[in-house]
Amino acid sequence: MEAFLNTVYGTVFWSTISFLVVLILMRRMAWGPILQGLKEREEEIDGALNKAKEARAEIENLQSDNERLLQEARAERDGMLRDARDMSDKLVADAKQLAKEEGERMIVQAKQAIDGERAGAVADLKAEVAKLSLEIAETLVRQELSDDGNQQALIGRMISDSKLN
Amino acid sequence: MRKGFGVRNTVAIFAPKFATAMFDTTRSNNGIMRFSMRIMSLLLSLGFTGSVLASSGGGENPDPGEFIIHHIADAHDIHLWGEGPSAVHIPLPVISYSPEYGVSMFSSAHLLHHGEDHVDMSDHGMEGAHEEHAPHGGSGQYHCHETGLTYSLDGNGALHAHNNAGEHVHAYDLSISKSVLGMFIVIFMMLLIFPRVGSAYKKRKGQAPKGLQNALEPLILFIRDEVAVPSIGAKKADRYLPFLLTTFFFIFLCNLLGLVPFIGAFNVTGTVGVTLILATFVFIITTVSGNRHYWGHIFWPPGVPLPIKLILVPVEVVGILLKPAVLMIRLTANIGAGHIIILALTFLVFIISDYGAHTAAGIGTGIFSVAFMIFMYFIELLVAFLQAYVFTLLAALYFGDATQEAHH
Repeated sequence: MEAFLNTVYGTVFWSTISFLVVLILMRRMAWGPILQGLKEREEEIDGALNKAKEARAEIENLQSDNERLLQEARAERDGMLRDARDMSDKLVADAKQLAKEEGERMIVQAKQAIDGERAGAVADLKAEVAKLSLEIAETLVRQELSDDGNQQALIGRMISDSKLN
Repeated sequence: MRKGFGVRNTVAIFAPKFATAMFDTTRSNNGIMRFSMRIMSLLLSLGFTGSVLASSGGGENPDPGEFIIHHIADAHDIHLWGEGPSAVHIPLPVISYSPEYGVSMFSSAHLLHHGEDHVDMSDHGMEGAHEEHAPHGGSGQYHCHETGLTYSLDGNGALHAHNNAGEHVHAYDLSISKSVLGMFIVIFMMLLIFPRVGSAYKKRKGQAPKGLQNALEPLILFIRDEVAVPSIGAKKADRYLPFLLTTFFFIFLCNLLGLVPFIGAFNVTGTVGVTLILATFVFIITTVSGNRHYWGHIFWPPGVPLPIKLILVPVEVVGILLKPAVLMIRLTANIGAGHIIILALTFLVFIISDYGAHTAAGIGTGIFSVAFMIFMYFIELLVAFLQAYVFTLLAALYFGDATQEAHH
């Protein structure tokens, strides 16, 4: 077994030196930049993934916003349509009511006017008739006094002349 | 083991060409054995490492245990292939420091020997006359004029120094051994790869990862998110991550380096010295970052009756050192064990065929050995990752323990 220790001083000596040298050199030239690079890349990837997640959430937000806006717009439009319809209905109904009232009022006025005029006319007629009757009566009375025949003819003529309206 | 056999080394067979060259150098007169070895070499050269030994003299068969241990252990050279005089080694620098005599640095080629010289030494050794003779690793000597010391390797591949008077001198062996070189290769690879990845993160900020960066990112994230953060907590994990990542990739790459064929079977994480230092770093960091809560739990566990405290406190105190020690042993043993199994399976062929005496048995065993070795190789790939992971995870758990805030 001594054969395993035949160069033990040399191997111990050189391993100490060379391992220390390689450790220091590798630390500075290799592991430093490698571990740093790996860390940076991992952070970058993490950052990118987080950003993508955020962007996706933002898009979802935007989409729901859009949806909400659309919904609102639709509701508003519906409301406006309903209002307009209501208003027009009301307008038409009002107009109808107004027209009806006006018409009725006009009819009443017309009736009153007709009644008034007819009463006037009847009064006039009555007065005329009375006047005529008085004239006839006067004339008759005059003629009768002179001649019976004439009186008769006169009465007939006067009646035919006088038109009762 | 002083059997004096000429068998000298572990040989990794990677291709029939090398294997054939190796077997041609064997001194076996047995034609059948040669034939069976050629068959074996073909089987073994399917693309994975197999270690085979060959008799280079004497005719005595080696002890498999000893042979395997030498293969697993660290060495002062990289043995590619071949045996004896034709062996192909890559010599490595030997550095020895003696407080009295100073520093000496020379090529390990002086300690390994070639040609006639080697054979002579070998024969000499067989007679048991030369104490410094090594059945493995070489028995050459090198005299350094500056320090005046003579250096040689013993049977375990350990370096020894003697002064001119022939007295043994205590000298520290600080050689760039096979494991140290393996470590340097891994560190070089890490410094080549990771700073590039680091700059890719700077350059390509905010972009998807690409190429090398993309390939390594899962492992880095695995250590960060599955090891460090659950054990230490997200806030404090950053402080320990550079150490954990360095440790993980260092161990993982060392483990993989040990599985690469053709390059002399490195066994960096199976070398005690290396894992000892890794565990020591874990121990130091745990101890330094231990908070009141951590030490309180060790020296005066709350809510425990006094008699039990008397038992528990020593156990906890021993545990401070034992935990990193276990880390070291686990890693060394696991990586060594894989190599041992593959070598043992190779040896099985030679044992069952009685070193070439029974060709049919050798071929039959060889087929199963090879199949099982391929299986083992896949297991080893898994273990290479698993042990790096386990070491890092346990280190992270210890750091987490040390920095945990009171929660009751």
